[in-house]
Amino acid sequence: MGEPGTKQDVLSLEELEAAGGMRTGRKHVLSILVENKPGVLTRIAGLFARRGFNIDTLTVGPTDDDQLSRITLTVDGALHPIDQVTKQLHKLVNVLKIRDLEPADTVARELALFKVAADGSQRAEVMQICEIFRAKVVDVARRSIIVEVTGTTDKVEAFERMVRPFGLVEMMRTGEIAISRGRGET
Amino acid sequence: MRMRAVDAVMECLKAEGVDVVFGLPGGANIPTYDALHDAGIRHVLVRHEAGGGHAAEGYAKATGKVGVCLATSGPGATNVVTPIQDAMMDSVPTVFITGQVRTDLLGTDGFQEADVLGITMPAVKHSFMIQHPLEIPRALHEAFYLARTGRPGPVVVDIPTDLSRADIPYEPINDVRLPGYQPTTEGNAKQIRQAAKALAASRRPVLYAGGGVVNANASAELIELVTSDNFPITCTLMGLGAFPAPHDQWLGMPGMHGTRTANYAMDEADLICAIGARFDDRVTGKLSEFAPRAKFIHIDVDPAEISKNVPAHIPIVGDARNVLAKLAAEYRALQADSGRLDEWWQRIRAWQERYPLRYDDSETAEIKPQYMIEALLEATGGDCILASDIGQHQMWAAQYFPFKRPRQWINSGGLGTMGFGLPAAMGAKAGCPDQVVACITGDGSFQMNIQELATCAEEEIEVKVFIMNNGYLGMVRQWQELFWDRRYSHVARGRWPDFAKVAEGFGCVGMRCTDKNTLVADMREALETPGTVVVDVAVTEEENVYPMIAPGAAARDMKG
Repeated sequence: MGEPGTKQDVLSLEELEAAGGMRTGRKHVLSILVENKPGVLTRIAGLFARRGFNIDTLTVGPTDDDQLSRITLTVDGALHPIDQVTKQLHKLVNVLKIRDLEPADTVARELALFKVAADGSQRAEVMQICEIFRAKVVDVARRSIIVEVTGTTDKVEAFERMVRPFGLVEMMRTGEIAISRGRGET
Repeated sequence: MRMRAVDAVMECLKAEGVDVVFGLPGGANIPTYDALHDAGIRHVLVRHEAGGGHAAEGYAKATGKVGVCLATSGPGATNVVTPIQDAMMDSVPTVFITGQVRTDLLGTDGFQEADVLGITMPAVKHSFMIQHPLEIPRALHEAFYLARTGRPGPVVVDIPTDLSRADIPYEPINDVRLPGYQPTTEGNAKQIRQAAKALAASRRPVLYAGGGVVNANASAELIELVTSDNFPITCTLMGLGAFPAPHDQWLGMPGMHGTRTANYAMDEADLICAIGARFDDRVTGKLSEFAPRAKFIHIDVDPAEISKNVPAHIPIVGDARNVLAKLAAEYRALQADSGRLDEWWQRIRAWQERYPLRYDDSETAEIKPQYMIEALLEATGGDCILASDIGQHQMWAAQYFPFKRPRQWINSGGLGTMGFGLPAAMGAKAGCPDQVVACITGDGSFQMNIQELATCAEEEIEVKVFIMNNGYLGMVRQWQELFWDRRYSHVARGRWPDFAKVAEGFGCVGMRCTDKNTLVADMREALETPGTVVVDVAVTEEENVYPMIAPGAAARDMKG
């Protein structure tokens, strides 16, 4: 067994897997405080792309300081060893701070908009589900309604499962934002 | 004071102490060149931007100062992508100032437009896209600051041509506003004490120093630590010269073509202290079998290097110079018993005796490539700056030329860029005009930036080029011989040019040498002949670099 480049070495898929490094096996929510400058997002995304890592969700927004933005991104630590990439993120000149948030110490939310087929007969039933999920109907048309859901990823996904049988026309999700519990800054 | 933005660029360069820049003008950076015309900064007009980029690297590696390269938009900028990546891999402090199309043309596929920021993004330490002319002085100042501090590296400043012509107020910038950039340089005192204790407790230690020691100008501190006890020391390809060779405690270079002694010592070590080195795959061989008994102290200014390839037991983030000075002092204070290392040295001496670097010299006039390096050592007295290209000649030079001081050895270690040698030598000579600068190159590598001979001739930059001509892309041929059943696929000389004639055509002196018996004298003649001289040396065609750790094999399984 050697490296690609020598003849006897046709690498098996298992060997390639094993070469990947340490995986944590859990979802990671990275909260990244960055300078509000063009190109910052590309630099960050590039570090993931370079390793072939998939970013599951990504949100970018302003902070209380207009010079700074907050990027919240989630990656699957079961699929990708993220320790090295986190260190590389630290090296980016425009990155001020990174936190790998522990789910237990974090309040995380996302917002989703669902367009659900809801003809006269089904409408009442859909509205009932909305009520249970404390979802808000934000638009009503003759054959469909648009529902806004805020909550944890689990809640959004549960809502999706509930309304899908009625005919889910489309769904938009923001991806998570997250803030650490307690008095300290994220 | 009000001036054109490009004049402010020149003021910035002067404020940073820049005395020479390398570059090539084009449409989008004509304003910059207009300002350069009477700025009082030496400009070396290269014949290809890649040459300019590598020259800036050679300058930086030889002097320790920031190397500067100018290129125009589009193809000019894309031509420096290789030097930028090269500087990234070897942590070379460099600033690349590229012209860009007018702001109203950005993103419209304008003539000679390329997304330079995008193309170079993964290859830079940082980059600036100028969006307002008032940003220019600060961006340049911060570019130099970023390039030379922390772990050095390349910084790109992309200036759209219309902005470069703007009239702006200029005040020298003396501060930086980089809240996200605060390199740790001091080194944690507790960790350093731990490291000293670990060294004192070790019975089979190896100090393993890399290019970071050279970058940090920490050679004196390294020597102090190594000689504070009888520590064995090995330096990587990038670190050669950081510890003066030859020396009683010197093991030679580690890795794929390192000495058996260095590799065996790493293999059996109980403690490896890495300083500014990154456990590159060419050093470790098969990672899972690398130094299986060792604990690791890892000193590096870049926290992302620590535990990247090998988990560090005692990580120390800091500048090598600071950390080594403190570590040596802490170690001396412990007054460890040097005798504990005797057994280890017996083992090392046995390897050194049994496995010296060796080759079978020819019994005819044929020139063995290893002998060519020894001849170069003899002819130069071993004092010259030696720039190298990539391939077999590079490895033989690293093996057979003992480097006495840091910044004497200039090569492309991480990226392995063929074509690096000649322009890097040119840049080194421009930075160190009082030193003899030789370039060892191969017949393949040399053709990749051969046009810079014209620059050397015109600018009267004296470089002594020695081509190790074996008629092959030798390292690839060696791999094809050893690992691909000798199926030589496209590595043989087709019709290589007559290098001596080519040199003459460029206005340099060309020589050719085929006889071992006259080689040293011919080299001396080349060194004494004024101007740039190219010596085409015909060497054994199929000679392999040994010893060798086969790719993917463990260090203890060295061959040859």
